[in-house]
Amino acid sequence: MPLPTNRVLVVEDEPNIVESLRFILERADYDVHSVADGVLALNRMRNETFSAIVLDIMLPGMNGLDVLRAVREDQRLADLPVIVLTAKGQAQDRRAAEAIGADAFITKPYSNAEVVERVDELARR
Amino acid sequence: MLPADFVILVCIVYVAILFAVAFAGDRRARRDPSGWLSSPLVYTLSISIYCTSWTFFGAVGSAARNGFEFLTIYLGPTVVFVGWWIFLRKLVTVGRIYRTTSIADLISARFGKDPTLGALVTIMAMVVTAPYIALQLQALTSSFQVITFHAGAVTAANVNLDPDFVTAFWLALGLCAFSIIFGVRNIDVNERHHGVIAAIAVEALVKLVALLAVGIWVVLAIHGSVPAIFEDAPARLVDPQETFGTRWITLCFLAAAAVICLPRQFQVTVVENSSESQIRTASWLFPLYLFLICLFIIPIAVAGLSELPGGSNPDLFVLTLPLNANQDALAMLAFLGGFSSATSMVIVSSIALSTMISNHLIMPLALRLSIAPAASPDAMRSFILGARRASIVFIVFLGFLYFYLSGASDALAAIGLISFCGVAQFLPSLVGGLYWRGATNIGALAGLIAGFTLWGYTLFLPSFGGTFLMPESVIAEGLWGMAWLKPQALFGLTGIDPLVHATFWSLFANATLFICVSMFSEPTPLARYQSRLFVDVFRRQTDSELSVMRRTARIADLKHIANRVLGSDESAALFRTGGASDRSMVASDVLISEVEQRLASSVGAATARTLVSSVVTSETISVEELKRLADETEQIRAYSAELEHKSRQVEATAAKLALANDQLREIDVQKNEFLSQVSHEVRTPMSSIRSFSDILLSDPRLDPERKERFLRIIQNESIRLTRLLDGILDLNQLENGDVDWKIELFDPDAALDQAMASCEALASAAGVKLERKGRARRPLVRGNRDKLAQVFINLISNAIKYNTSAEPVVIVSSAARKGVYEARVADNGPGIPEGERDRIFVRFARGPMPRQVGAGLGLAISRRIVEKHGGTLSLLDAKLGGAEFAVKLELAKAKG
Repeated sequence: MPLPTNRVLVVEDEPNIVESLRFILERADYDVHSVADGVLALNRMRNETFSAIVLDIMLPGMNGLDVLRAVREDQRLADLPVIVLTAKGQAQDRRAAEAIGADAFITKPYSNAEVVERVDELARR
Repeated sequence: MLPADFVILVCIVYVAILFAVAFAGDRRARRDPSGWLSSPLVYTLSISIYCTSWTFFGAVGSAARNGFEFLTIYLGPTVVFVGWWIFLRKLVTVGRIYRTTSIADLISARFGKDPTLGALVTIMAMVVTAPYIALQLQALTSSFQVITFHAGAVTAANVNLDPDFVTAFWLALGLCAFSIIFGVRNIDVNERHHGVIAAIAVEALVKLVALLAVGIWVVLAIHGSVPAIFEDAPARLVDPQETFGTRWITLCFLAAAAVICLPRQFQVTVVENSSESQIRTASWLFPLYLFLICLFIIPIAVAGLSELPGGSNPDLFVLTLPLNANQDALAMLAFLGGFSSATSMVIVSSIALSTMISNHLIMPLALRLSIAPAASPDAMRSFILGARRASIVFIVFLGFLYFYLSGASDALAAIGLISFCGVAQFLPSLVGGLYWRGATNIGALAGLIAGFTLWGYTLFLPSFGGTFLMPESVIAEGLWGMAWLKPQALFGLTGIDPLVHATFWSLFANATLFICVSMFSEPTPLARYQSRLFVDVFRRQTDSELSVMRRTARIADLKHIANRVLGSDESAALFRTGGASDRSMVASDVLISEVEQRLASSVGAATARTLVSSVVTSETISVEELKRLADETEQIRAYSAELEHKSRQVEATAAKLALANDQLREIDVQKNEFLSQVSHEVRTPMSSIRSFSDILLSDPRLDPERKERFLRIIQNESIRLTRLLDGILDLNQLENGDVDWKIELFDPDAALDQAMASCEALASAAGVKLERKGRARRPLVRGNRDKLAQVFINLISNAIKYNTSAEPVVIVSSAARKGVYEARVADNGPGIPEGERDRIFVRFARGPMPRQVGAGLGLAISRRIVEKHGGTLSLLDAKLGGAEFAVKLELAKAKG
């Protein structure tokens, strides 16, 4: 089964940010899906196929880092590219995310171009 | 009878032996100072000079006249020695540590090295001792006369022996020689007289053996058996009714006082003492010695009364009984026993008194009149030795003179007890000085003078029976014919024994004046200092002692004095060990004290002080320091209490600091958290603004509808940012307490209604049913109406926003009860989990809900606002299943 290369899941609880990400990624020809809750996000990742995940950390229900950890522990999802996008911009937050296995780390406020670039890099490998 | 030549020969041989013993003792002690001469046995035997010829011969006499009364003389000392740790131990320790030279020295040193006291005690001791020495001379001569008299005359009734002054004179001369040769070798009195003590110990054994021999012979040869003694005894002798009474108690007391205060006893017990073990052994061995001495007194007395013709002198029974039975050898032994008793007493008394006279009378006088030679280094030393020798001759011949003048009158017979009463006058000052810091030299002086005067007036002078100083008329009718001044019935105190009478009045006046005058007089700083040393002898602290005296003296001057008194050799040694360096010109306090102490052991504390003071250029006794020392224990106690208090304070402060530190740490953590929260809260809207503005700029072909939507998001997020900033500033202001609100009386329900109205639109947009139930009746509270409305809006909008119920309801109610206004906002939403309830009032904490508009500061700000109004904002257990918040405010009294 060929990997669909344009499905991106945005895990974010801030509606305006979801809207902006959806706009810029769709403009770059991605099929953008979004979910506001960590637990729901993990379910979708297990049941569907995505080429990249954009993951917020401060989430209701399940923390973004816990979601990432679950992803990395899941054999089928272990290689799924995850871009952590967060308002927690301090160095230790970046280190924590990378230690768990984030492929990219972008702090808010983000540059639209950078987000697209990272998704391009990871989703189209 | 024995030929006089033979008796004299025996005596000379005996004395020669004593000389040899003394000589050997001196030599031996010089080679080995800690040898058997310092043994507790020799020490105890030397103390037995307490048993003079007065007890050797006189005890039998006393028993023959008054039965068991003689026992008191031994009972008193027994009590003192058996209970040695009560008083004797302290006295001996003080004497040893401060190198006391005599009782006069000890009393004068204790009361600030007062020379007047030293002189007074010396004079008193002389007055008391001279008759006592006379008594010994009388015993010696009369026993000599008896033993050399032909037998018939002895047994004849009322043999009236004319006093043999020639014999007495030669005896006195011999005693002087012995005392001078062995008693005044060295001027350091505290350096023990080992030779004399050795001779005394031998004499003590001789008199014990002699008395025991006579006793055993009497029991075996005369009585035949022990029960026979009591059969032979006249009834009055062994009648307890006759014996026990005030006189018995008084005699016991006087004997106890005498064994401490008699100059010769002080000499052998205190001055010659070198260790506590000596006194420890003496505490049981001396009473044992006394017991043995007493053992045969009654048998001898009874035998004398029954065997010898009536009218025989009972005081000589010890001698006349063997003579009467022609037991010449035993008689000779008994004579030697009496000879030993008398000579040892005279020798030690004269040595003790010579020290006192030279140190407390001659030296101060010589120093004052500047007749003490200062020329050659050793001149002063020779002068002191000369003074001592002269004093010995003086005191012995004072005794001889007394004997000569009083003749063989009965006056001598009673002199033993009179002496006891005389020396007992030292007791209040001695005991008070060792146990009572408040005792002063003026008090001691007053007590001694009063006691001594009364002793002289009521006991000593009347004992002459009108032949000396006090005419018979005074004894019979009182001074100037006033009956209340009768010497033997003072203040009308009649009907009691003269001895008891005198003892009572003299010691009563003595002790009373001593205590009262002490209490009303201030001791000199030096006396205060000395009192501390003496009273606290067992817990002295040597390091703090010297800090009291601050003296300055040139080493050369000090050396000069030491040379003069101690001789150049000893003085040089003293300065070498005293640590005086040759380069230093000025002596240290330690050296000065050392020299003074060393001098004191030769010339007494008072004279030593006079000598040292003559070269000391400045002397200060810090009164502060003294008080510090005196109240040392008090201060230590106070200080430790203070320290305890302080340490408790420190602990409390430390705890407070630790708490504050924890709080600061907590605040620091909160601050960091707050910063990270703020940055997070700012970054989220900033992201939208940046992203959408990028989109708008980079995508000019965007359809207008979208463009407008994106612009509105940018606008909304900007507003959100502004609100966030306002919220942060509000909260900061509330937390720092500087609010500048307009305070007024208002109806809180009006604010509640206003808040509901503001939220209507929000509620209807969210499809939430907003209800108003229960209303307070015209409540009034004091505060800021707009701020309270803000709180209500926050609560109501929260209830609307977070209500995820299918049929969302928010109920607002209010009530006024017991002076409290309460507004409630309840919803039927999901409620707040138990664990979150405390957290929701913390800033940036939000419910477990998807993100909505709001910075998470609302409840934190609301709670602060309510608290500023003196009320509370709390979360209740909701009735509707959701959350229910309550605002409680104190009702203000409406005007009118």
